[in-house]
Amino acid sequence: QVQLVVPMAVVFGPGSVPRDLPRPLPFRDVQEMEISVNLRSSVTSRYEMRYRSTTGQEEAALAAATAREADAALYPLQDTTLGSLTMYVVPETSSLLPQGINVYVGKHRSALVRAVGSLAALQARLREVAQVMSFTAGSIAAALSDRVPDGRLSPDARRNLKSSLGYEITFSLLNPDPKSHTVDWDIEGAVNRYVKPVLDKLSLVANFSVDSQILYYAVLGVTPRYDKESSSFLLSAHSLPHVINPVEARLGSSAASLYPVLNFLLYVPERSHSPLYIQDKDGAPVSTNAFHSPRWGGIMVYNVEAPASPQASLPLHVDVDVARVMEVFLAQLRLLFGLSREEVPPEFLLECPGNEGLADWELDHLLWAHTVENIATVSTTLTSLAQLLDKIGNIVIKDDVASEVYRAVASVQSAVTKLSLGHLHAAFQASKEAVTSSERAFFDPSLLHLLYFPDDQKFAIYIPLFLPMAVPILLSLAKIVRETRLRKKEPTKMD
Amino acid sequence: MAAAVPGASGARATAALLLLLLLLLGCCGAALAGSPQDQAEQFFRSGHTNNWAVLVCTSRFWFNYRHVANTLSVYRSVKRLGIPDSHIVLMLADDMACNPRNPKPATVFSHKNMELNVYGDDVEVDYRSYEVTVENFLRVLTGRIPPSTPRSKRLLSDDRSNILIYMTGHGGNGFLKFQDSEEITNVELADAFEQMWQKRRYNELLFIIDTCQGASMYERFYSPNIMALASSQVGEDSLSHQPDLGIGVHLMDRYTFYVLEFLEEIHPASQTNMNDLFQVCPKSLCVSTPGHRTDLFQRDPQKVLITDFFGSVRKVEITTETLSLERDVAGFESKFPEEELATEPLKYAEQLPVAQIIHQKPKQKDWHPPGGFILGLWALIIMVFFKTYGIKHMKHVF
Repeated sequence: QVQLVVPMAVVFGPGSVPRDLPRPLPFRDVQEMEISVNLRSSVTSRYEMRYRSTTGQEEAALAAATAREADAALYPLQDTTLGSLTMYVVPETSSLLPQGINVYVGKHRSALVRAVGSLAALQARLREVAQVMSFTAGSIAAALSDRVPDGRLSPDARRNLKSSLGYEITFSLLNPDPKSHTVDWDIEGAVNRYVKPVLDKLSLVANFSVDSQILYYAVLGVTPRYDKESSSFLLSAHSLPHVINPVEARLGSSAASLYPVLNFLLYVPERSHSPLYIQDKDGAPVSTNAFHSPRWGGIMVYNVEAPASPQASLPLHVDVDVARVMEVFLAQLRLLFGLSREEVPPEFLLECPGNEGLADWELDHLLWAHTVENIATVSTTLTSLAQLLDKIGNIVIKDDVASEVYRAVASVQSAVTKLSLGHLHAAFQASKEAVTSSERAFFDPSLLHLLYFPDDQKFAIYIPLFLPMAVPILLSLAKIVRETRLRKKEPTKMD
Repeated sequence: MAAAVPGASGARATAALLLLLLLLLGCCGAALAGSPQDQAEQFFRSGHTNNWAVLVCTSRFWFNYRHVANTLSVYRSVKRLGIPDSHIVLMLADDMACNPRNPKPATVFSHKNMELNVYGDDVEVDYRSYEVTVENFLRVLTGRIPPSTPRSKRLLSDDRSNILIYMTGHGGNGFLKFQDSEEITNVELADAFEQMWQKRRYNELLFIIDTCQGASMYERFYSPNIMALASSQVGEDSLSHQPDLGIGVHLMDRYTFYVLEFLEEIHPASQTNMNDLFQVCPKSLCVSTPGHRTDLFQRDPQKVLITDFFGSVRKVEITTETLSLERDVAGFESKFPEEELATEPLKYAEQLPVAQIIHQKPKQKDWHPPGGFILGLWALIIMVFFKTYGIKHMKHVF
């Protein structure tokens, strides 16, 4: 079975060592937990913890004024392989962590944890931190959602993007009213400045390709309501699902690649419908003025300020503030991938990842989920391929299909082994290779069962052809046999 | 005293009645306030994130005009309710609009009096004419497509896609005829759906078939999450609706005609469910008995919306988080330096050596010796001939 191993280092700062340690520092400990996926299979998670005390450099770093500086100073001293975690335990009375905050999670793979009296309580807190930073039972179950029986998971859990080898991102500017607004956006600059850092960080996960387009006279499918109190137009939350469809027909996608497409649309409302705000379920306008749809992309409404003088000449020139737009689009990109910061317990303080878009541990989060999902996909694909080949006895398997199957099996075995050793990066690469090979083997065009006649069809075709012809032949054969037998008997009869 | 007590109790009784009424009204109010919430909950319960449609018309030739009109009408409804062309795989013989026998060229009408031209300007046919074969249909369903196929000809569904499959044409008990030259059996179709399920290429599947004896095609399904509708039971024929004397052929089949009348009232936000679709076209109108099959489907058909399959209503979430980006980032230097590929100036390349191809000699097909079966058969025939009629004929042959 699959075992997910997270190597963790727990470093005790001066004055934070709990009194009831079973052995003197440094020592190792292992905690295992079982995540059951369905009735038959489960995934075990194993946290291998190495407890030790701080070195001199780490102590100096922990003496910094704020948690952020301490984290920055500690970063060069850590082990930063993918999938590993480092936790620094600071004394209960330490002022490094603000009041009421017990855990500070940094941008990289480390956290500062406030000490608790006993080792058991500290281990519980460390386990909580480890789950936030690597994977939870929920995230693993969501990654394997098509193997979980239907009743147990809520439909909301199946909304993250599926693991794929690549994604295409398309930024579209929708201008339904070019007579009133001439909209310019420096999308190429924005992509280089803001989007590329995020995609470079995500390049471990998949290949990304980015393109952009401007669509004119593309209207939303819904007419917004005019609200007198705020003298603005409102789109209510339950009309949002119908907004996307009329636009989608015009969005287009690249004909050559088969990767899933993520569309990010920026809509500049018409002058007659400005300003346009999106209302959430309670009727309050949404601060970001944007919404997203799982596995599809996001839409943001960009309101243009009314011109200072009503006699301003149309069309108005609008320069889109791409930084503000990218803040929302990149947040939507994170949400589409399932990296949300909402389910974190309140006493945690998470560091903002800055322009990189996501912290290292969030990247690990993605890699854990995708590796597990890839392994599950490969096993279902190979199982169903084996069932297909069993069912059709006379199917011909080409050599390259066979070699892809062997390669897929070898890769998935190596991925499972690497996971149980704690090498997340290698495991992820192996799982990606396994998925590529198994998909290529399963979807090979020569495996169409139609091409291989089942035996009953052969009978059905040849019997009407040959049976009438065979009747006189068989009768003649019978006559021949009878004659030879008679001739054989004759000489004995004659004397 | 005696008069006061009944008065007091009477007042208390009316007060109690009033309280009861208020409570009831309060409950009703709460229930009414709850129902938009319930509707929202129900709306999110289907679990799919995108919709696909595969519409197949399996006949060709002019007298099968009605099958093309059927398919195109369903195509129009599905597009109207929101599924974009990129998510529709339309397979038609497409020989109606420009047929020399068509008195109104470039049109395909679905209604008498030529009210609605279903072959408008934006019909996107993905597989046309001789590409509509059983092999291509099964390749689309199972995904075993040659790598050179463009994106529009593929069914790129995932495990959260609801797929609508509509087939029409001439059929029989257990098979469906493709273009008058081949057929697909119900076993093959069931196996194709099972392959789709194994690879999780659909979340839920709605299969509608409008042919004679259509119910036989869904008898053999065994994969989960499939709902099937057919226009007639085994042993019955599906009849066509109305001939148009101007065009000279029947324009639509009855079942699809009434299904379309039903769909015309559906708009993207409607809450009509599948049970209403099952009631469409009773025996009095359709002459055949439409059938349906829901035992493989996990949800209750009462809770399945028509727009779950025919429309494309997406789940949306309000974005409440934003990133905070530093604005003044100048040019960005990528951590992984991109190598500038040496690109040579592009010039026109000879794509096809046309002259070579035209003057090519036909390729010699390799000669294979006849197989054992044929040899044995001929040996048997020759032996029997000569044995029956005597060996003396041999010297005349050789």
